[in-house]
Amino acid sequence: MTDVDVAVESDLEENLTEADLEKAEKVFAKKVEIIGGPPPGPATLEAKDACAWFGDRLVLEGVDLVMPKGQVTALIGPSGCGKSTFLRLLNRMHELIPGAALDGEILLDGDDIYATGTRAQQVRMRIGMVFQKPNPFPAMTIRENVLAALKLARLKCSDKDTLVEQSLIRAGLWKEVRDRLDSPGGALSGGQQQRLCIARSLAVHPNVLLMDEPCSALDPTSTRRVEETIDELRGEVTVVIVTHNMQQAQRVSDLCAFFLAAENQPGVVVEQGPTDVMFSTPTDSRTLDYVQGRFG
Amino acid sequence: MSWCGVGCASPVSPVHYEHLWKLAFLRRFPPPPTELMTDVPGTLVEDRPVAGDPVGPRERTRRVITEVPSRADRRFNQVTMGAGISVLVLLTLVGTFLLIQSSDALGETGVWTFLTRTEWRTDVSPARIGVLGLLAGTILVALVAIAIAIPLSVFSALAITEYSTAKRRKWLIGVVDLLAAVPSLLFGLWGFLYLSGKIVPISLWLTQNLGWIPLFKTSEDASLTGSIFIAGIVVALMVLPIITSVVREVFSQTPPGEKEAALALGGTRWGMIKTVVLPFGKGGIIGGSMLGLGRALGETIAVALLLPQVPQKIGDSIHILQNGGATVSGFIANRAGADAFTTSGLLAAGLVLFIITLGTNMIASVVVSKSRSGAGVDI
Repeated sequence: MTDVDVAVESDLEENLTEADLEKAEKVFAKKVEIIGGPPPGPATLEAKDACAWFGDRLVLEGVDLVMPKGQVTALIGPSGCGKSTFLRLLNRMHELIPGAALDGEILLDGDDIYATGTRAQQVRMRIGMVFQKPNPFPAMTIRENVLAALKLARLKCSDKDTLVEQSLIRAGLWKEVRDRLDSPGGALSGGQQQRLCIARSLAVHPNVLLMDEPCSALDPTSTRRVEETIDELRGEVTVVIVTHNMQQAQRVSDLCAFFLAAENQPGVVVEQGPTDVMFSTPTDSRTLDYVQGRFG
Repeated sequence: MSWCGVGCASPVSPVHYEHLWKLAFLRRFPPPPTELMTDVPGTLVEDRPVAGDPVGPRERTRRVITEVPSRADRRFNQVTMGAGISVLVLLTLVGTFLLIQSSDALGETGVWTFLTRTEWRTDVSPARIGVLGLLAGTILVALVAIAIAIPLSVFSALAITEYSTAKRRKWLIGVVDLLAAVPSLLFGLWGFLYLSGKIVPISLWLTQNLGWIPLFKTSEDASLTGSIFIAGIVVALMVLPIITSVVREVFSQTPPGEKEAALALGGTRWGMIKTVVLPFGKGGIIGGSMLGLGRALGETIAVALLLPQVPQKIGDSIHILQNGGATVSGFIANRAGADAFTTSGLLAAGLVLFIITLGTNMIASVVVSKSRSGAGVDI
């Protein structure tokens, strides 16, 4: 444990009192119903022979990967090996880029999200996403930011105040912002903004949460907070996280997939498996080299 | 404002020059430190470290670092400043010219009377001239124009930035720019000879169904051609490209991260536009519209052709569907070349228009530059 970790630990303990926990329990005892929202609980996400193109360039080839329900899957690998592209395939953000194409199937609890008749909006509502750079809506207040998905997807909610509180508690931001829910979301610090984005994604109760290097723009304390949030989400939501930070992958993930692209070749999954195995006794020598920091 | 005020502020002044050189020299070859230099002027005696106190705080001197520009930079600075100042000079010249030329008419009529009188009669003695009737027509035409142009511009800007493929985007931008290149005379002729007749049925429908709104009321026997409404529609087509290009520019600067966030939350494209693009582009929409308003206020040829250019009471002007109305610029164009007193009066009306459009454009640029989206946009 580093000095920073110790400092954060004591900071967190100071912040969370017994009374707070009790209050939080009470808040979570209330059931908030979102009409038209995703079905409850985590879902298994599975990629079958997934390939992706940008124009004529094949950037990702033949990815077979199961991201089991309620677990945290980390996607690791050097830059430019197709991790982010793969992540964007998983909630149909890939198709927003002009000239983007794909092959293969992405199954959400067995249903192909690219099946004809399945709308991208429906898929994205069930599979939330947190981006590398915090991107709250700056013109909206913190409360409006959290509830933005309801407005965007035209969903009704039985108890908005409780939903805001639950989402912010789950994202680990409630204590810091509860007195200023009506101040603009853009006025928060970078780490707080990122947690606000997580709260915003969690508000619709997605089945899966995708995170594209969520901590790369954050300081160690905020990173720590986000990692704790991921840990608390385990079991409730399936998490898929892209990270360049090997320690982070080791700390937060249950499963790990190592992506690699040879020069001018599309990215492939070199190896996948339980995180502890991937970091101790991987079968591929390139994986061992990468997780031990010998390249990349 | 005096001419000297502009001339003296110019960096071309030789005194200024010499000073700069001296400064440059001193910075490159500073004089050796002397006893005097260590005693910093302006330091209060109390603030100095007390003698005998060995580890007192270091005495602080406040140094202001100024860059000495290179010769090329100075030349460039002069050229650009010169160009910038010449614009101001031109603006002042135009304003002064208008003020001097219109002083005859304004002096005889009185400024307040001129501003508040609607009629314009030079056939009686003394002549009874006033700008209010013209002004009412001008503002009504401009308002009709931008009321039609704003939604069209915003939607075409959205079509270009949000709904088009790269190829179609280029094509659409070209088409809108082409619209800006059409001489306003052609718009006027087209409106006069073709569009006017086509709009009469719309005017008729409006007055029959919405006649209870004063704006759409017409008198029994009124003709529906040559109306402020028709002039407004033609002017709308002229200001459309300007508003569209400002709004398009602003929309295209919407942070992609926020757009992605909205889409990733399950938003539709329209939902994303409503939550992200429109709030971001609000300043640009307002500013672009005001810029268009400025242009619409000054539009001449089309309104000179389309409107009868007889000043009427405000009460009559607001019935925009019926024949009648005059605008400052159209009226000036129609009456140009009259006797000295009338010309002076026309220039006084021009001065009023000058001030109003200048004000509108200034407000527009302030609104745009103050908004989040407009910070990088120059209009």
